[in-house]
Amino acid sequence: MAIDTASSTSGSPASTETASTGQELRIRLWRGDEHGGDFVEYRLQAQEGEVVLDVVHRIQADQAPDLAVRWNCKAGKCGSCSAEINGRPRLMCMTRMSTLPTDEPITISPMRTFPVMRDLVTDVSFNFEVAKLIPSFTPGPKPPEGYRMQQVDVERGQEFRKCIECFLCQNVCHVIRDHEDNKVHYAGPRFFVRLAELEMHPLDTLDRRAYVRERMGVGYCNITKCCTEVCPEDIHITDNAIIPLKERIVDSRYDPVAWLGRKILGRPSPMSAEQVAAHTGAAAAGQGRAAGSDRDGAGPG
Amino acid sequence: MTDRPAPSDYERHEYDVIVIGAGGAGMRAAVEAIQRGCRTALVCKSLLGKAHTVMAEGGVAAALGNVWPQDNWQVHFRDTMRGGKMLNNWRMAQLHAQESPDRVLELEEWGALFDRTPDGRILQRDFGGHRYARLAHVGDRTGLELIRTTQQRAVSLGVDVYMECKVLRLLQGPSGAVNGAVGIYRETGGVVVFSAKSVVLATGGIGKTWKFTSNSWESTGDGHALALWAGADAIDMECVQFHPTGMVWPPSARGILVTEGVRGDGGVLKNSDGERFMFNYISPYFAAETASSIEEADKWYEDKVNYRRPPELLPRDEVARAINTEVKSGRGSPHGGIFLDIASRRSAEDIKRRLPSMYHQFKQLADVDITAVPMEIGPTCHYMMGGVRVDADTAQTTVAGLFAAGEVAGGMHGANRLGGNSLSDLLVFGRRAGMAAADRALGEPVDTTVDEAQVEAVVSHAFSYLERESGEQPYELHRDLQDTMQSLVGIIRTESELLEAKERLVELGERSKKVAAAGGVRFNPGWHMSLDLESMLAVANCTTLSAIERRESRGGHTRDDFPKADPEFEKVNFVSRYVDGSYRVTAEDKPVMPPELMMLFEESEGDAKEASK
Repeated sequence: MAIDTASSTSGSPASTETASTGQELRIRLWRGDEHGGDFVEYRLQAQEGEVVLDVVHRIQADQAPDLAVRWNCKAGKCGSCSAEINGRPRLMCMTRMSTLPTDEPITISPMRTFPVMRDLVTDVSFNFEVAKLIPSFTPGPKPPEGYRMQQVDVERGQEFRKCIECFLCQNVCHVIRDHEDNKVHYAGPRFFVRLAELEMHPLDTLDRRAYVRERMGVGYCNITKCCTEVCPEDIHITDNAIIPLKERIVDSRYDPVAWLGRKILGRPSPMSAEQVAAHTGAAAAGQGRAAGSDRDGAGPG
Repeated sequence: MTDRPAPSDYERHEYDVIVIGAGGAGMRAAVEAIQRGCRTALVCKSLLGKAHTVMAEGGVAAALGNVWPQDNWQVHFRDTMRGGKMLNNWRMAQLHAQESPDRVLELEEWGALFDRTPDGRILQRDFGGHRYARLAHVGDRTGLELIRTTQQRAVSLGVDVYMECKVLRLLQGPSGAVNGAVGIYRETGGVVVFSAKSVVLATGGIGKTWKFTSNSWESTGDGHALALWAGADAIDMECVQFHPTGMVWPPSARGILVTEGVRGDGGVLKNSDGERFMFNYISPYFAAETASSIEEADKWYEDKVNYRRPPELLPRDEVARAINTEVKSGRGSPHGGIFLDIASRRSAEDIKRRLPSMYHQFKQLADVDITAVPMEIGPTCHYMMGGVRVDADTAQTTVAGLFAAGEVAGGMHGANRLGGNSLSDLLVFGRRAGMAAADRALGEPVDTTVDEAQVEAVVSHAFSYLERESGEQPYELHRDLQDTMQSLVGIIRTESELLEAKERLVELGERSKKVAAAGGVRFNPGWHMSLDLESMLAVANCTTLSAIERRESRGGHTRDDFPKADPEFEKVNFVSRYVDGSYRVTAEDKPVMPPELMMLFEESEGDAKEASK
């Protein structure tokens, strides 16, 4: 179900008139399901200090009790309430009404890259399926005195672990936003962040480079930085995760020094994608356990 | 009419262990069960990884002794029991203090990246009620780290996950043992029936029953209700924690948590006169270990051996009551809270580094720069200390086949929980519940035959909300319930108000039978609210009835008409049960602590006096 949000893309409005208390708000909410739908306009009074999610909740409580919307923490920590507000991908709980222009109705529509289930709720199961394909953290043997890591060495990974899995980066990534068929061989920015985190983890021992190149499709990313721009956690997805990942892969393949090192010094050779695939949740789930539970990612899964 | 599915359309699954709830406790239980060779499923009401655990900020308490080598499990145990005003199940508190260091180190083996000490070990921070800096943390987003680490572990082990699935009722075999559960997928309205040898409840809290809360929509007491309806006992349901520091402005952000880490890192509380008022609220119970002057308090941050803790870091119940009194005495902030000031105490750079998500939260939600001006804060409903009665070692409830861990279980925290003890609780007892659930599943054969009549009754009841043409509006009923609990069973209680709440709950219960949810079966929040209201009413009833019976003030339970703790009440738990369609509360003797542990309290008072010299 494609939803046209191009009609209203006032990200940086010429007008500076924004919502203030008591004023009448006009909210155009997308309502519908996989069979179709349209924007429905709701009117209500603005209240002090509200965010977009508050307004959606008031519409739900007073005018449309079955309005479907995901949310949990309402504090920008869980990444549930992702949507497109005036065409811009945002968290509804962290978008203050006072930052939006009110000379036109405010449009709220579901994320476009994922199939609509109902109203603002989309089927994001793609992401949970990809998560099963990430080769897990695999530390080396624990020394008797326990692991030691320096703050400076954990900070790189800590930036990536701020990710709240709102999937806004996945939503804006052209590789899958405009090409549904790429989803089968492309993990998307959220998972490049995860893979970079594992690759840079001071204790990890797996070599995921071949796997990242062959199975995760990092080569499709052409570094337009759309993901970085929408990240509510300000993770430098492109610069700190994707580009270093791409560089590592290139190094491992073409670097003659690395090749020589393997030949002469007997350094460990790179792990094949096959070897690494054994370390995924998908492999664990496929080991004959939990037979009656293959749900193929359809619906909840 | 709605599309009520026929029994032949129900999705059916069979497992060794199902875990209901996918916060820290549920994930840890599922990891344990699958590691022990059980076919394991995790069922959660939201998407995976969104559970309320992500909201935990400050850290996970464990006596690792990385910052203060003097710390050990005995000190942690003593802090926990004293913080809980000795109402805690002593064995749970002991296991928790002994095992939490291993549980934290285990997270590191699964990929967690905690902040570090200069010599490369896990850094620990100060928190209220903890004698030493004890909280392993990642900035102020420790809960996210914990949930992501256990989530990634569970996924890598191949745990099956059923998301956006609301469990309606537990299923029971002829012996009464729990052997399954019925749920609906929120996305589709489809019915799912699980049969299992063991069921673990890890459904978290109850906050949405109150108006101002730090909790998300999910915290509706589902596990408490499921257990009660299956005949299990719940204890200490009167013990609700109001966290002293929730946001008070803007109105829509009211209740959102402000981490205790702000105070642990040097933040202080001030009234409208600019006075650090907490010095006026040091109870005799904590006087020996609390600084009596600003000078002493400020030196403590650098030297914990020779100075006593600032009163801002008293246990949460003490701080919340003090704030309440200040506001009621007319010394509050413009929006009815008081001031939490870290701006004048630490550099902007330090604040942004140590408390990044607090900085972010205030900037985005309130347009307030916490490095420049104080925050306005006030108490918010945060945590249920009470919960399903469990055996300390096995997390076994009073019903066979049913286990409970995390916030849904009672006893661990007594009358008041210390900050940081929640995340460690999830790990310690999540693991223990997973272990015991696996033991049962892999032990003697268990009858997992599903009683179809039970399933039909549950489904028929759930869909009746959609089939009713007109009736009570669920959101309105929720508002009325929240108003009742907030105004009559809030932070300060008194008999007349509690009795009024009891009356009103009867009325609300009647109204809940007439709720009509407009719309269809697919992702219909009005319908979900109708179903959640049943759980919230169960919690509201148990809390109110227990609060009437506990005629004293202890921890999170404060009675205006009985302002002092009564030693007789220290000996009892109030036990809630669901009998013949109504909730009943009775007093029962609390487990008695063995003398060798009692000695820790005598010694520690000596220590405290020593430190006060």
